[in-house]
Amino acid sequence: MNAWKWLALAGALAAALLVAGAVRRRALGTAAGRRFLRHPASTPGVFVLAFFVTLALAAPLVAPYDPDWMPGIVELQNRPPSGLHPLGTDVYSRDVWSRLVYGARISLGIGALAMLVAVTLGAAVGAVAGYFRRWVDAALMRFVDVGLALPRIFVLLMVVALWEHVPLAVLVLVIGFTSWFGTSRLVRAEVLSLREREFVAAARALGAGPRRVVFRHVLPNAAAPIIVSAALGIGNVMLLEAGLSFLGLGVPSPAPSWGSMIFDGTEKMAVAPWTSVFPGLAIAVVVMALNGIADGLRDALDPRREGGAA
Amino acid sequence: MTEPLLRVRDLKTYFVTEQGSGTARAVDGVSFEVHPGETLGIVGESGCGKTVTSLSILRLIPEPPGHIRPGSFIEFEGRNLLTLAPKELRAIRGNQIAMVFQEPMTSLNPVFTAGDQIGEAAVVHQGLSRKAARRRAIDMLRLVGIPDPEERVDHYPHQLSGGMRQRVMIAMALICHPKLLIADEPTTALDVTIQAQILELLDRLQADLGMAVMLITHDLGVVAGSADRVIVMYAGQIVEQAPTVELFARPLHPYSEGLMASVPRIDAPPRQRHGRLHTIPGQVPAATAWPPGCRFHPRCPYAWDRCRQEEPPLLDAGTGEPGTHTVRCWLLTEPRRRTPRP
Repeated sequence: MNAWKWLALAGALAAALLVAGAVRRRALGTAAGRRFLRHPASTPGVFVLAFFVTLALAAPLVAPYDPDWMPGIVELQNRPPSGLHPLGTDVYSRDVWSRLVYGARISLGIGALAMLVAVTLGAAVGAVAGYFRRWVDAALMRFVDVGLALPRIFVLLMVVALWEHVPLAVLVLVIGFTSWFGTSRLVRAEVLSLREREFVAAARALGAGPRRVVFRHVLPNAAAPIIVSAALGIGNVMLLEAGLSFLGLGVPSPAPSWGSMIFDGTEKMAVAPWTSVFPGLAIAVVVMALNGIADGLRDALDPRREGGAA
Repeated sequence: MTEPLLRVRDLKTYFVTEQGSGTARAVDGVSFEVHPGETLGIVGESGCGKTVTSLSILRLIPEPPGHIRPGSFIEFEGRNLLTLAPKELRAIRGNQIAMVFQEPMTSLNPVFTAGDQIGEAAVVHQGLSRKAARRRAIDMLRLVGIPDPEERVDHYPHQLSGGMRQRVMIAMALICHPKLLIADEPTTALDVTIQAQILELLDRLQADLGMAVMLITHDLGVVAGSADRVIVMYAGQIVEQAPTVELFARPLHPYSEGLMASVPRIDAPPRQRHGRLHTIPGQVPAATAWPPGCRFHPRCPYAWDRCRQEEPPLLDAGTGEPGTHTVRCWLLTEPRRRTPRP
């Protein structure tokens, strides 16, 4: 690992600091922002997340080697961290740091995309159920009950087992389609109370149709719980992806996801712990960062703290 | 007389209550007409069915638990609103008939700017682009007398004062130049000086745009100042209907009489001015159990046996053309009983 790469790493850290600083400055301008900052985990969370997102975006600049490059399977496998390989090498002699950096793309990407799918679905289903009530609500919510009752990991295992090598898009969709149940309940509860508000009647009196009322008037008012549940959800999805990959059913082997990296290192855990420990740490740190941000957002966006209806 | 704009016949809006306490007959056989360009005041205490009547016209009653009984009839420009398809109904809402709600604080969507909400009806009904709607919204803000409309158009409801919010609500309602504006207690949530401004604004806009206004209020002062005709509602029914001047000069129903007497008057003779203000004893009964006979009899100072047994129909007071002044009271048949018993 040469000087340029160390510089790139320093650059990524600096970028994360800049982002965290900018977020802080902007947040200080509003009451909600100040409530966000008051949570002790929110600022470090933003910093950590910004750092890993920078790594993911600038992976080719930061990673010293090709993540799949095996310089010498026999003589260079399971090397401890050194100047050449800051986090050591894995069982196939690949550079752990490079794989960690590229793995950020996959792990964060899957987390964000799958959550996007889940939140969109959950918000739509919850809003429709909560607004239309009656049989629509009953049907959708019973379906959600079923979804929540199923042990998700087994459903995922079953679906994923249909493929030999699961395409990433399928993995994202499958995780997304099995992660929206909680969000939909949350949104439904929110919509149930929002639909009785006078501005909904006012919108209907204007001649707005049900679709317009639900998606333009009601749903934006439920943004706060949706955002919080999304932030929490990304962490969950990342853990889920790591678990699947660890079982060998997630991201197919040569691609460096953090979960599959842990899996690759398990056999030599005793002699070369760095191969599993660092990706494990990365997952733990990012999930904690996301939870910190989610907690901060909850404090910031909870309408009960607003001291009014707004 | 001209063809009425809105004709309501025998409107019955009932609510099925939970836990079997029965059916709340919130509006129970109400008939009236609104003519083009006139202002019709509807007064009564809370719980008399004023708001439910207005919501029924636009079919905004939450169903369930509410429903409009078959046999009711609401005709707007010759079309029965109760049998319209949802799409046709939406084409009337906000476009031909608009509504201003009581609470300007909660009737505006907190996440949209004033301009977005004012322009919305124009977007829905006239297919305006966002940009064009914004320009129209600025014009409307100017029309309702909000200073700096170019700036206010991008403000959110929480950045506006109560009076300004109510002006925004009025601008929202009027952007499509409706033929009928239903204003449900438009000034109740405002302080007195702002109330006067809003009423003045409504009067001016009504004259400018030539629309009819249904002004729903419990405040007789508001009605006296703005309405051409007044309907007094009690217990889900119309109890008296008369031109404003006539009603204030000669209220015939004991309930109207009581309402008038409960308002402090600056022009009252000094002796009355220093006495206690009149109150109508008791309160409006529950809509699930209207009293038999005349629904007002438990609170009426003149009530006699007939009132307890027989429900009076709307009787003509015999002033002016038939139907201009009608009263639901047996006193009209036995006027000599109008002497309060000790």
